[in-house]
Amino acid sequence: MAENEKNLFEVFIRSKRGLDHKHVGSLHAENRRQALEYARDCYTRRSEGVSIWVVKSNDICASQEDQAEAFYDPSDDKPYRHAAYYQLPDSVKNM
Amino acid sequence: MTSFDTKQATQEYAIRLGDDSLILGHRLSEWCSNGPFLEEELALSNTSLDYLGRARMLYSYAGEFSATGKTEDDYAYMRDAREFHNHLIHELPCGDFAFTITRQLFIDLFNIDFLKQLSLSKDVTLAAIAAKAIKETQYHLRRSKEWVIQLGDGTKESHNRMQKALDSLWGYRVEMFEVDDLELQLIDAGIAVDSRQLKNIWQQQLSNILTEATLTTPSEDWAVRGGREGYHTENLGHILTEMQFVHRSMPGLKW
Repeated sequence: MAENEKNLFEVFIRSKRGLDHKHVGSLHAENRRQALEYARDCYTRRSEGVSIWVVKSNDICASQEDQAEAFYDPSDDKPYRHAAYYQLPDSVKNM
Repeated sequence: MTSFDTKQATQEYAIRLGDDSLILGHRLSEWCSNGPFLEEELALSNTSLDYLGRARMLYSYAGEFSATGKTEDDYAYMRDAREFHNHLIHELPCGDFAFTITRQLFIDLFNIDFLKQLSLSKDVTLAAIAAKAIKETQYHLRRSKEWVIQLGDGTKESHNRMQKALDSLWGYRVEMFEVDDLELQLIDAGIAVDSRQLKNIWQQQLSNILTEATLTTPSEDWAVRGGREGYHTENLGHILTEMQFVHRSMPGLKW
């Protein structure tokens, strides 16, 4: 079985103290169930996690680098979207 | 029927089970750097480590009965083939992946029920080792079962290889379900598992999996025996040569 006949999966792991799943790497597997088992063998050998997600790499829709300007630049000149832009009235002690 | 001192018998029983684990663990370790692809290779190596860990616990326990203070290393490295009492199925060469994974299925199915029984043993150490090993075995079985179904019901080539593996392993299952005088005595004492009782359920579970895998249960009944008495296939000597070489050429060497 050549690797190119298999599906590529991305692996996300939540560590014991972690609140969210973090991307840790990828692997090849026949199906989702097998991917989950291989993720256990490849990425949690040293008790790194208590929860694993796998997702087919093909199913991830990713932003493209050549679209970065159109995607992100429009936010650059909008400082009012940051909380720090506003002056806190004296009467508000904590926020 | 020969009568044994219970402590000595328990020690021998622990060594037998340790031998099963060590030899299979070593066989599986041979896949390291030879696996079909990286992910599966890691999975096989992890399984191998589970078995080596199990062997260490069992040998260490056997050492506690030893008057001369034997250690796990003495059992693993300082005995010759005739002193090993593993079931023969564990020592057969890995063959192709079909053979390896079919053997795992035979053994995993056996272990699931065997360890469940052993975890109820009156010997608390054996019971504790079994309780730990059950968790590993549940994972092993999920893997071997999935693979057997996938490859049996796969391509023509994979199906043929699986059927061939099944046929050539068939006679090696018999030994696992037999007990000798020593085990009979320990069964009476509530320490050992009566493997004879596990045969029907094993057969049933295997047959369900084989049906799903479109494989044919072999009809020809043949049996190879001798492991528990120290009569081995020619393969065990070759394993020991490789496994014991470093320890014997440099006794007492430490990492």
